[in-house]
Amino acid sequence: MEVNQYLEMFIEESKEHLQACSEHLLELEKNPEDLSIVNEIFRSAHTLKGMSATMGFEDLADLTHKMENVLDAIRNEKIKVTPEILDIVFESVDHLEEMVMDIAEGGDGKRDVQATVAQLKRIEAGEELAKAAEETAATIVQHESKLTYDDFEKTVLAQSIEQDHFAYEISVTLREDCLLKAARVFMVFEILEKNGDVIKSVPTVDNLEEEQFDQTFQIAYISKEQADDLQKKLMKVSEVEEVIVIPLNENVLKSEKKLEVAEEAPQEQQEIVKVAAEPVATNNKAPSSNSKSGSHVSNKMIRVNIERLDILMNLFEELVIDRGRLQSISAEVNHPELNETVERMSRVMGDLQNIVLTMRMVQVETVFNRFPKMVRQLSRDLNKKINLEIIGAETELDRTVIDEIGDPLVHLIRNSLDHGIESPEMRMAKGKPEEGTVQLRAFHSGNYVFIEIEDDGAGINQEKVLAKALAKGVVTAETAKTLSDKQINELILASGFSTADVISDISGRGVGLDVVKTTIESLGGNISIDSTEGVGSTFSIQLPLTLSIISVMLVEIEKEIYAIPLSSIIETSIIRHSEILNAHNQKVIDFRGKVVPLVFLDEIFEVPRTEAQDDEFYSVVIVRKGEKLAGLVVDSFIGQQEIVLKSLGNYLTNIFAISGATILGNGKVALIVDCNALMK
Amino acid sequence: MTNAVEQEYIKVIVFQLADKEYAIPVSHVQGIEKLMHITRVPKTPSYVKGVINLRGVVTPIIDLRERFNLPIVGEEDAARIIIITLEDMEVGFVVDSANDVLDIAAGSIEQQPEVVGSLEEEFISGVAKLDNRLLILLHLDRVLNPLS
Repeated sequence: MEVNQYLEMFIEESKEHLQACSEHLLELEKNPEDLSIVNEIFRSAHTLKGMSATMGFEDLADLTHKMENVLDAIRNEKIKVTPEILDIVFESVDHLEEMVMDIAEGGDGKRDVQATVAQLKRIEAGEELAKAAEETAATIVQHESKLTYDDFEKTVLAQSIEQDHFAYEISVTLREDCLLKAARVFMVFEILEKNGDVIKSVPTVDNLEEEQFDQTFQIAYISKEQADDLQKKLMKVSEVEEVIVIPLNENVLKSEKKLEVAEEAPQEQQEIVKVAAEPVATNNKAPSSNSKSGSHVSNKMIRVNIERLDILMNLFEELVIDRGRLQSISAEVNHPELNETVERMSRVMGDLQNIVLTMRMVQVETVFNRFPKMVRQLSRDLNKKINLEIIGAETELDRTVIDEIGDPLVHLIRNSLDHGIESPEMRMAKGKPEEGTVQLRAFHSGNYVFIEIEDDGAGINQEKVLAKALAKGVVTAETAKTLSDKQINELILASGFSTADVISDISGRGVGLDVVKTTIESLGGNISIDSTEGVGSTFSIQLPLTLSIISVMLVEIEKEIYAIPLSSIIETSIIRHSEILNAHNQKVIDFRGKVVPLVFLDEIFEVPRTEAQDDEFYSVVIVRKGEKLAGLVVDSFIGQQEIVLKSLGNYLTNIFAISGATILGNGKVALIVDCNALMK
Repeated sequence: MTNAVEQEYIKVIVFQLADKEYAIPVSHVQGIEKLMHITRVPKTPSYVKGVINLRGVVTPIIDLRERFNLPIVGEEDAARIIIITLEDMEVGFVVDSANDVLDIAAGSIEQQPEVVGSLEEEFISGVAKLDNRLLILLHLDRVLNPLS
């Protein structure tokens, strides 16, 4: 079967099924009695199993099958859902995801999952715990990549050590391109047998001769030779990549015995499960290196350098400018065929523009997706009950921003979970619901995307923060007095500051929130904190759309053209001079019963006037920032237009009330008004 | 001609401002443009003329005469915008004219004499004597950063 043809589809669908599994598992955890959810998961898993078996990914199919068995047992009410069981199922899903990723990157999807499989079997079997525990323990030994010895072998090894021989464990790795593996094995054995005795080998000698091994085999060996000499001698055999000689001593043999004790004590199975879980983690790091030899997936997606997209964008801008010129020329000439052609070209350009612009936009969902599982794991680690709500996952952000924003968000969510949300007991004592809520929101506003993380936890203890900031020298006692509540909150973002008395494993990692702040600021955004002690905190991240198309209202002041984002505009209006009122040295108007202050843009922007304006009518753009309104006074309205947001570059930064620029149809630059800055 | 000889020279773009000749290493120069429409950017120092559309990239423009506190003249045909890049900044300088590319010997560059005393002294990294011409080498960092 031509596999490649279907591989892309397989990978995409597998990812979808696994994502569905994760989501449903999280749901199941909330409603452990709802067996219809189990059915959903079962269906996804079943499809996945079928697909991977068809595609020939046996490991993937096998693990899915084991997981399916557990799900089936739950479905048939043979076993009850417990968080411990879900932990293992989640672990399986993690493994499956890794396998699919491996396949997508051209690997063969192989992965050592014995420990997880053993636990799945144990869950499935229910009462056959003893046997399963033994299996688990047995896997440990293999995972340590050490040989196991029976009593006889141990005695031989111990005796030879007593007789001043050395006992070694030798690991020989042949080169990947080794052609005659059996011959090399023979040569290795020949050298060894000249100088000592081979006690055993893994795989067995028979298997080695039949070349039934990857690249590596292990030998237990007794000799009078020094380890270094042995190693050098073995390296002389050609096509040998690596030889590791580990001297065995009594200690090693003893630690072997410890594992044996574990084997003999299945009643302590919780302990064993933990021991077994660790080797899995270490094993994850060692996906077989030979998987690289697999061919890369002929994916129909291509990765494009962002710089190339920028160049495309700029070329496209040039086209837009020429379109503008053509349109005005065709209007002047008024030739029917020319008009028609220009019109059609404009339409095509419009579609093209949409494609070019949306190429860089990605939904924040791609980042948010990983959080439910992370929150679940963390809340279990912390023994807290936490409900994560995600709102606005469909909000789009520029690709470059998406790539960067993941880590800061992980950091902030960890912080909320660790320091924000209190333990269930403490929450109950405070009269709060036992379960804490963390809300992750994303939304567009003006030229910005906001991402907010709100928790209903303990909030920030300002006294403590201030004391710590003073102790760490982040602020001086004098400036401390002048700080507003918000400024005090934001001290926790200062470098060299960490509120945790003990650096915890969850949010600490020895790194403060200053890293978050730095990352966000490097993206041209900023972060602010609102917090009420005892009620909760909100971390609000404001990010610019580094590149996006926005709708604006173009306005004219004297000969200058400015763009006002449509998202800030409520409406435009023409007012009479006599309608302007004075209040507290501020000119205001009555707009639908509301007092709205006027902002004269020509004054704010210091537009050079050739002659004084004394029109009877004023053109006013009513804009909004949250609940606040303001009327921007301009000379005239030009009209609504879609524009491409451009940055002013690195030389002109923080220009008051200007958030960027755009290039108009005539090739000139127009500045974009930052309405948020105009309203305090 | 060997490498040893090449190392002793630096290639510069020479431009005219008032009655003096200035030089910028060619490695910093992105291009030379004719004057075009400049969009004023409010609330910036007066020497920031505004921004231009440089083939789709919004580029800030600095008037070097104003930056150096030299008398201001009207627009003339010979005036040019020299686009320079420094670190991650791209900026255009308005100059009276730009028409020369020269190799100057590294050895002929001298420290700026301390007596000049005008504002532009801050912006000068050295002077180069070339036959009977005197080229003033600009200190681009300082030209682009606000004065302390």
